[in-house]
Amino acid sequence: MNLARIYFRDYGMSLVLLLLGAMFSFLTVREQHPSGAAAGEQVADLILERNGTSATVLIASRATSEDQQFASAAEARLTSNGAQVLASVAGGPGDVRKAIEEILAKGQTIDAIAANDVSSKWNVYDRFESVGSEKCVVPMSYTWPDFLKFSNLLGIASQTAIYAIIAVGMTMVIITGGIDLSVGSLVALSSVISAIVIRDFGGGISAGISWVLAAYLSGILTAACLGIFCGLMITRFRVPPFLVSLSVMMMASGLAFRVSEGRSIAELPKSYLWVGSQVTWGIPNPVILMLFLYVIAHIVMSQTVFGRYVYSIGGNAEAARLSGVPVKRILLMVYMISGLLAGLGGIIQSSQLAAGDPKFGDMYELEVIAAVVVGGTSLMGGEGRIFGTLIGAFIIAVIKNGMNLTNVAPFNQKIVLGAVLLVAVLLDQMKRNHSSRN
Amino acid sequence: MAFASSSRVSDSDGRTEVTTQDAVAEETTAPLLQMVGISKSFPGVQALKDVSLTLHKGEVLALLGENGAGKSTLIKMLGGAIRPDAGSILIDGEPMVLDAPIDSIRAGIGVIYQEFNLIPGLNAVENIFLGREASSGFVRRKEEQQRARKLFEGMGVTIPLNVACRHLSIAQQQLVEIAKTLAQDVRILVMDEPSAALTPSEVERLFHLIRELKSQGIGIIYISHRLDEIFEIADSVTVLRDGEHIQDSPISQLTRQRIIELMVGRSIQNEFPKQRHSTGEPRLQVSGLCRGHRVKDVSFHVCRGEVLGITGLVGAGRTETVRLIFGADPKDSGSISLDGREIRISNPRDAVQAGICLLTEDRKGQGLVLQRSVLENFGLASLHEMSVMGFVRHRQEREAFAHYVDLLRIRIPSQQQPAKNLSGGNQQKVVLARWLQRNAEVIIFDEPTRGIDVGAKHEIYLLINQLAAQGKSIVMVSSELPEVIGMSDRILVMHQGKITGEIDDPTQVTQEQIMALAVG
Repeated sequence: MNLARIYFRDYGMSLVLLLLGAMFSFLTVREQHPSGAAAGEQVADLILERNGTSATVLIASRATSEDQQFASAAEARLTSNGAQVLASVAGGPGDVRKAIEEILAKGQTIDAIAANDVSSKWNVYDRFESVGSEKCVVPMSYTWPDFLKFSNLLGIASQTAIYAIIAVGMTMVIITGGIDLSVGSLVALSSVISAIVIRDFGGGISAGISWVLAAYLSGILTAACLGIFCGLMITRFRVPPFLVSLSVMMMASGLAFRVSEGRSIAELPKSYLWVGSQVTWGIPNPVILMLFLYVIAHIVMSQTVFGRYVYSIGGNAEAARLSGVPVKRILLMVYMISGLLAGLGGIIQSSQLAAGDPKFGDMYELEVIAAVVVGGTSLMGGEGRIFGTLIGAFIIAVIKNGMNLTNVAPFNQKIVLGAVLLVAVLLDQMKRNHSSRN
Repeated sequence: MAFASSSRVSDSDGRTEVTTQDAVAEETTAPLLQMVGISKSFPGVQALKDVSLTLHKGEVLALLGENGAGKSTLIKMLGGAIRPDAGSILIDGEPMVLDAPIDSIRAGIGVIYQEFNLIPGLNAVENIFLGREASSGFVRRKEEQQRARKLFEGMGVTIPLNVACRHLSIAQQQLVEIAKTLAQDVRILVMDEPSAALTPSEVERLFHLIRELKSQGIGIIYISHRLDEIFEIADSVTVLRDGEHIQDSPISQLTRQRIIELMVGRSIQNEFPKQRHSTGEPRLQVSGLCRGHRVKDVSFHVCRGEVLGITGLVGAGRTETVRLIFGADPKDSGSISLDGREIRISNPRDAVQAGICLLTEDRKGQGLVLQRSVLENFGLASLHEMSVMGFVRHRQEREAFAHYVDLLRIRIPSQQQPAKNLSGGNQQKVVLARWLQRNAEVIIFDEPTRGIDVGAKHEIYLLINQLAAQGKSIVMVSSELPEVIGMSDRILVMHQGKITGEIDDPTQVTQEQIMALAVG
């Protein structure tokens, strides 16, 4: 009971996330016509049951990857049970017609057609008297929200991963009472530096794995160095974080355009795509990396001396200093972490899109700050939680995804997102007023 | 003083209603302000319970009570910031509804809160007329200047009119604040701890002004923790305790001892419970400490088990000196040695490492991280001793804090309580616990009891005694002369950055003698 209360005090926004999820689930409920491997096996079983194990079957599907999984799964299941697959068509109605003509010409008969929702509706089957569309066997349809489809949820997670990773550093910065506007530009710079290292030193497309790692590292370290630069300016010369990071934002962006000569750099080996595009245990690598970083950051902020110091500096820097907290060193580290994670974001971005591009990361800083604020971290500093930020990032991602699914026009989406940010800040304000009155 | 009381004799007799004749006269002229049966509760707290208060024309009423007694709530009602749950407010016998600050201004009530409401970047004139500029949309600078000058003349003070308020001294800012209220034709002036940040001479000037306002028939409600002042300026006293109305009396019927008893609810036998004992060998030795023109060649030492009081006027360089010792500000020159060995202190970390700690005057601004828990505030300085590989050992921290909660009698509902919800005395104790856990050997208190109520003050004094008895060296910076004289083993007096006097036996000294040293 007490635990639940603490949870909702600290992570109340998770309720909002659940409500949004429920709302978009409700709005996107529709008839689902499955395709893919599971559907293929289901269709094969249906055919085996209806026509026996000696059935002759035509498989009709489109050339999409999902349909191909459907076709190959159906074929494997059918043949392993003794049925004969006469042909497996991957294409359109015309391809199917040709296939049927060939089969009939050989004098074979078609007992059943394994099809999915789309291919069963092609009106090619009824042109042949001996075939007919009634021979089509389709996977069973069911009612389920588009939003809640596993592939959609995974899509949300992998689209959010970059923002969420950068937002870890931003949360720390904002808890100290600062801000880091440079992260978007650092994404671009890191992606460009990394791609250039591969192209100019590692041998482009034929670069080996060690060069890929070196490229990753050089991108991340460049960004971390600029983070340290921000930190030095803030601690040594007392320049406000807003201004320091604003100028670093411009300089880093300019630098990215300069070194890349304004072009996208795509001479990258396949292994370069590992971080951004590969899947481990069925989950995209960026999502795994994101979850890992959040767990680490949560432990750091809640269990370590460093985390305590970060909160105390944001709450009252002078009191912290007079208590012997190494304020400057901690601030320097926080800005370095922010830069480093922005660099990592750049690496993931370039790995996902198979290029380094100075136009990457445009306006990411605002998206990331929005996630942090929606997640309940106060811009005044001293308060905030790491997992709150993850929830914040997902709230924004879910709203975007839900609006896409419900066909909200892009410009309306912007209006909604702006309003959401405002509401988050208002909620925070109300909570604050409420607690100060008690 | 004598002049002031004699001029108001008739009023004060009428007010106390000693004769029926006066009582009749009373009926014809209703009191300037009456608050009758005022109650107010906040979630979980009954802040005020059936409180009444009466203020007459040309009277100075001291509103007394410990922190949390309900004084602030009461004056916020007069300022229109809080609405009472029950009870009524009458001005000249007419019931008034004060729902917003503007209602109070219209009713002729001016409230000067402890935190000034001046815009730091605007000058005195702009601040005085803020929100009441001439209606044409253009500022009539000349006219405003003239009116401001006249106001200040009437108050008998001169304030630079073209200087941004942040460059004015605290005392000057307060005068601007008063002028701002007077410009609104106030008849009732409420002042919350107006003397807290003033030097004795500035306080004297403030009192002069108050007497002037009195003679103009303005009723004044005066809140202060400094009882000496109450006896100097007030005509009558209203005491609150725990939200309840305890007593109304003319000041002449009260003694200092009696007022403290009324405020605290029990009798405190000895306001300064100093235990004298022999002190040990010198421990902290400071020589030739300099910083700009604020601290000039300051040298002194503190012994084991000694309480060294440092006093002087505001701006004498006391706080600046102890901040140099603690490494809070960089020093131009000078050396500090502890137990005979010279130590390098270039930042607070060095000082803490050496076992020197500072309890700052401004606990909220410099001592505590207000929104974090008291536990975290306690642990802040000792996290390295209470962690393994960078991970905080929460259990060790909790147990250490629990020890000090018992030892120092810190009153908190839970260790997770945010520090901002604590009273001044408890906040001071949390900061003290932080340093004791750090094994501080030299403890510097800067204004240890400022803003702390009488009962808690007593506890702080007892703690200072205990620490000295344990052999710690205590430096106590304070402006309150009774406190310095009552609690120190030795006193240093500073003036304009220099030590102008040393008093080896505080039992033989008078406040006047110290004052003479403090003014140079």
